Amino acid sequence: MFLINCPYCGERDQSEFSAGGEAHIMRPKQPTELSDDQWAEFLFMRKNIKGVQFERWNHAHGCRKWFNMVRDTSNDKIHAVYKMGEKPPSK
Amino acid sequence: MTKNLRTTNSKFIDQTSRISFKFDGKKLYGFKGDTLASALLANNIHLVGRSFKYHRPRGIMACGSEEPNAIVQVGNDASMTEPNTRATEIELYEGLEASSQNCWPSVNFDVGAVNNFFSPLIPAAFYYKTFMWPSNFWKLYEYFIRKSAGLGKSPTEPDKDIYDHRYLHCDVLVVGGGISGIIAAKIAAKNNLNTVLIDDKNILGGTTLFQENECFKINNSYSNEWLKKEIETLKSLENLTIKTRTSLAAYHSYNYLLAKENLTDHLDINEKKDKIRQRLWKIRAKKVIIATGAMERPLIFNNNDKPGIILSSSIKKYIDYYGVKCGQKVSLFTNNDSAYETAISLNNSGVIVNSVVDIRDKTNSLIVKQAEKLGIKIHWKSSVVNTNGYKKINSIEIMKLSDDGNAVVGKKTKEECDCLGISGGWTPRVHLFTQSGGKLKFRDEDNVFLPDKSGLDQISIGSCNGDFELDLVIKNSVSSTNKFLKVNNNYYENLEIITSKEIDKKNIWLLPSDKPLGKTKSFLDFQNDSTANDIKLALREGFKSIEHVKRYTTTGMATDQGKLSNMHALGIIAETAGVKMGELGTTTFRPPYTPLTFGAIVGRNVGEFFDITRRTPIHDWHVENKAEFENVGQWKRAWYYPIDNENMHEAVQRESKAARDSAGILDASTLGKIDIQGSDASEFLNRVYTNAWSKLEIGKCRYGLMLNEDGMVYDDGVTTRLSENHYLMTTTTGGAANVLSKLEDYLQTEWPELDVYLTSVTDQYGTISVCGPNSKKILSKVIPDLDLSDKEFPHMSFKNALIDNIKCRVMRISFTGEHSYEINIQSSYAKSVWEKCYEAGKEFNITPYGTETMHLLRAEKGFIIAGQDTDGTMTPVDLQMNWIISKKKYDFIGKRSLYRSDTIREDRKQLVGLLTDDPNEVLEEGAQIVAEKNKQPIEMLGHVTSSYFSPNLNKSIALAIVKNGKKMKGQKLFVPMENKTINVTITDTVFLDKENKRLNA
Ligand SMILES: [Zn+2]
Repeated sequence: MFLINCPYCGERDQSEFSAGGEAHIMRPKQPTELSDDQWAEFLFMRKNIKGVQFERWNHAHGCRKWFNMVRDTSNDKIHAVYKMGEKPPSK
Repeated sequence: MTKNLRTTNSKFIDQTSRISFKFDGKKLYGFKGDTLASALLANNIHLVGRSFKYHRPRGIMACGSEEPNAIVQVGNDASMTEPNTRATEIELYEGLEASSQNCWPSVNFDVGAVNNFFSPLIPAAFYYKTFMWPSNFWKLYEYFIRKSAGLGKSPTEPDKDIYDHRYLHCDVLVVGGGISGIIAAKIAAKNNLNTVLIDDKNILGGTTLFQENECFKINNSYSNEWLKKEIETLKSLENLTIKTRTSLAAYHSYNYLLAKENLTDHLDINEKKDKIRQRLWKIRAKKVIIATGAMERPLIFNNNDKPGIILSSSIKKYIDYYGVKCGQKVSLFTNNDSAYETAISLNNSGVIVNSVVDIRDKTNSLIVKQAEKLGIKIHWKSSVVNTNGYKKINSIEIMKLSDDGNAVVGKKTKEECDCLGISGGWTPRVHLFTQSGGKLKFRDEDNVFLPDKSGLDQISIGSCNGDFELDLVIKNSVSSTNKFLKVNNNYYENLEIITSKEIDKKNIWLLPSDKPLGKTKSFLDFQNDSTANDIKLALREGFKSIEHVKRYTTTGMATDQGKLSNMHALGIIAETAGVKMGELGTTTFRPPYTPLTFGAIVGRNVGEFFDITRRTPIHDWHVENKAEFENVGQWKRAWYYPIDNENMHEAVQRESKAARDSAGILDASTLGKIDIQGSDASEFLNRVYTNAWSKLEIGKCRYGLMLNEDGMVYDDGVTTRLSENHYLMTTTTGGAANVLSKLEDYLQTEWPELDVYLTSVTDQYGTISVCGPNSKKILSKVIPDLDLSDKEFPHMSFKNALIDNIKCRVMRISFTGEHSYEINIQSSYAKSVWEKCYEAGKEFNITPYGTETMHLLRAEKGFIIAGQDTDGTMTPVDLQMNWIISKKKYDFIGKRSLYRSDTIREDRKQLVGLLTDDPNEVLEEGAQIVAEKNKQPIEMLGHVTSSYFSPNLNKSIALAIVKNGKKMKGQKLFVPMENKTINVTITDTVFLDKENKRLNA
């Protein structure tokens, strides 16, 4: 059970949050100009890394804000949390 | 006979307060401070159960949570009985009733014991191998297995006890109140850290509490005297909370731990009443110190499972702590020094110690010398090769070990005894450490797995960290704790410690016998009855991974999770396979460490607190009017309103007819409502719905379909433009929360540039829908000031209005195809407005209808229900709703996916109407649809999604999804059922009023 440091609220129990998959996947601005393959790349393809991964999280039962998290999936260590739109921290 | 099994020198047993209890129906006595196990032993009862597979008699073997045999059923009340509890952990109380499990008809005469004589026929995986085939025999096997396995009886009535959950936050959590934990807790609390110390026993002190021996002294006191003073000083520490009778169940990441506190289990029957029985603590600790100690290993030799064979350290605890003699003539069998402590304790209490059988060559540690001085006989370099006795051990057979330890040699000697203490060394309790994700390392010198790397803020100290000698335990506990807490103190400097040091170590995982291996029964897992032979058989049959061997032989899979003998299983596998134990690794220890009651897990979340129940503001009216309710997510919705003895079908037929003939009223308050405001609100709706929104006039409503990015229909509903930058969106009842969260996601992450604010207002408004040809007349009575003319208030528009001076919003929208209105009003007024409408409608026979009628009415019109007629694989095109997809909009959620190669396929499943040849035949929802009924294998074209008997059309109607259905109008298909095949014809999805005349009727 993680202890997550919401960038807006501070440390809260994991049960207040919901996970939203891989971070930094931009929705294409002009989807109609993409081929099926390019659109499928956006739509379906996600990394599933054992190790450091960038993820989206939502403080669903709190401030309802989405934010990003850098988490090591091998030991669940959270290396950083940062607001949407902010640059990911360099390693 | 029972009296002389008690000594008088126990400081922990109150021999002035006698307690009566029942075991297997027999009334017995013990004392305050006893466990059920110690009281049974004091009554000379060793035989407490039968083994799982062979039904061999089994006795109490340990004194704590690792007990494999003394598994009993407690209580005889149908609601309070608890199976699979360990007699060694049950504190004796007045009125306790317990019975042995896994024996029928009684522990002394057991039918299943014939299995023991046929045991060569019941090898490892016998159950797997035998009962696999033929599968229809399983019913028979299951009966047989369940009856004879007898893993306790479940209570048949709801648990009457009260359970509780609480949160606890602390700087330091110390798990284990033995000598190490006490030292650590004192250091932490003295350094102003908010500290919690928990221990599963009723008092602190661990095994040192009753270690009164010349060989173990601190500052000239016995170690137990010294520790008692330390425990006293703990009580005055302000920062320290001590929780006894509290066992740690699980250790999760981020130092989140679960502990179960027993509050009433030890109380007399009549004191338990109305009190909280157990409390589950949800602990978040900044730092965790694990001081869970070690447990003694058994030895693996032929017939090592007879009642009367007990772990040596347990015999010591029974004599020193409980004042109970496990026997009158005791033999001991060991590979290490700790059995000598037991021998000395027994000797000092007047028990005859026959001898100590030690597999080592002569050794000269302090404790061994003391035992020799007391005249205790020692068989060096020897092994017990067999034990005799059936329901109780009566003698052992001893032989010399060969130099390499692989065989026994020389003459066999027999020694009579009524108890055999065994000690195979010590296993650190690393279970919690590994549960928390920590990795183990192996120490070859004494064959132990020890904590190594951990990602959490935690340490292990004392014997769970591999320190087994008093001076090391104290010194290392102090230095590790200081370092871990980054503090410096001198409470434990300059201690003068005397301790016996173990000089020689020797270990043989499977002790040799004078008989061939196949003729011996050397038990590893006492509860699941697996032997050294079974392990070897599994290896011969090709199993290599320990996880596989474990499952194949069921070693370590009983309720004790193999606490006692996991190490021996690993040792034998490593030896046989010729690999190092460190490389082999261990099986995974999973929470809970000891079994938890379901009561403790659910706490107060039982009955009406099991889940949240959402009720509409009009709920009480539905109850008063005898509505039947349907659960829709957490909502209770009125389902139908039976009159007199109507069944559901009759009620729904009547309601449906009334709604179309005159007037109906529906509580639609559960529909999701999202208030959308901001200068970009129109643009936002353009992007989330498939149709266009910019041109929607103020005061108008529009139906919208929302897709997922993959093009599949996600949700639908009507949205109203309240003002220039203000919309009210409605969603399906079940989709409300998800839609809001999805919209927030897009707003915050993809389109942060949009000026839009979303607020859920589902609970803030009650929604009353009045429909039918007389709805206009009814509404004009309720809101006389409102101009209801079609010109002023046409279909798909909205008006602000006042009802008794209360503001409300009235929408003229319809989910039934009838002329209808929806009144949205502040929740607290909803019931009174509903009653007002109902009163006004009485002259028109206004009929309250529930969700079932609503579903029927909309099906007559072919309106979909997202989630019933769609399942996440349907595009708007599949639903034949092409009209709702804007051609002009550049983008909206899911647009690009509508022309992926897969979504433009012609032969996708599409929504169609179905009519049965026999108009009275109502299809079953979910029924499969086929084109050819005699083809094998039969091709499934689709299934029925909605099906009703329509009273307004006087025939059965259905919606279905059918492969390529769009092009099959008029085609005959079949719905094969269990006993018949139903003929159907594909039709249009709209069955009633195709021209929508009724909307303006
Ligand atoms: Zn937050």
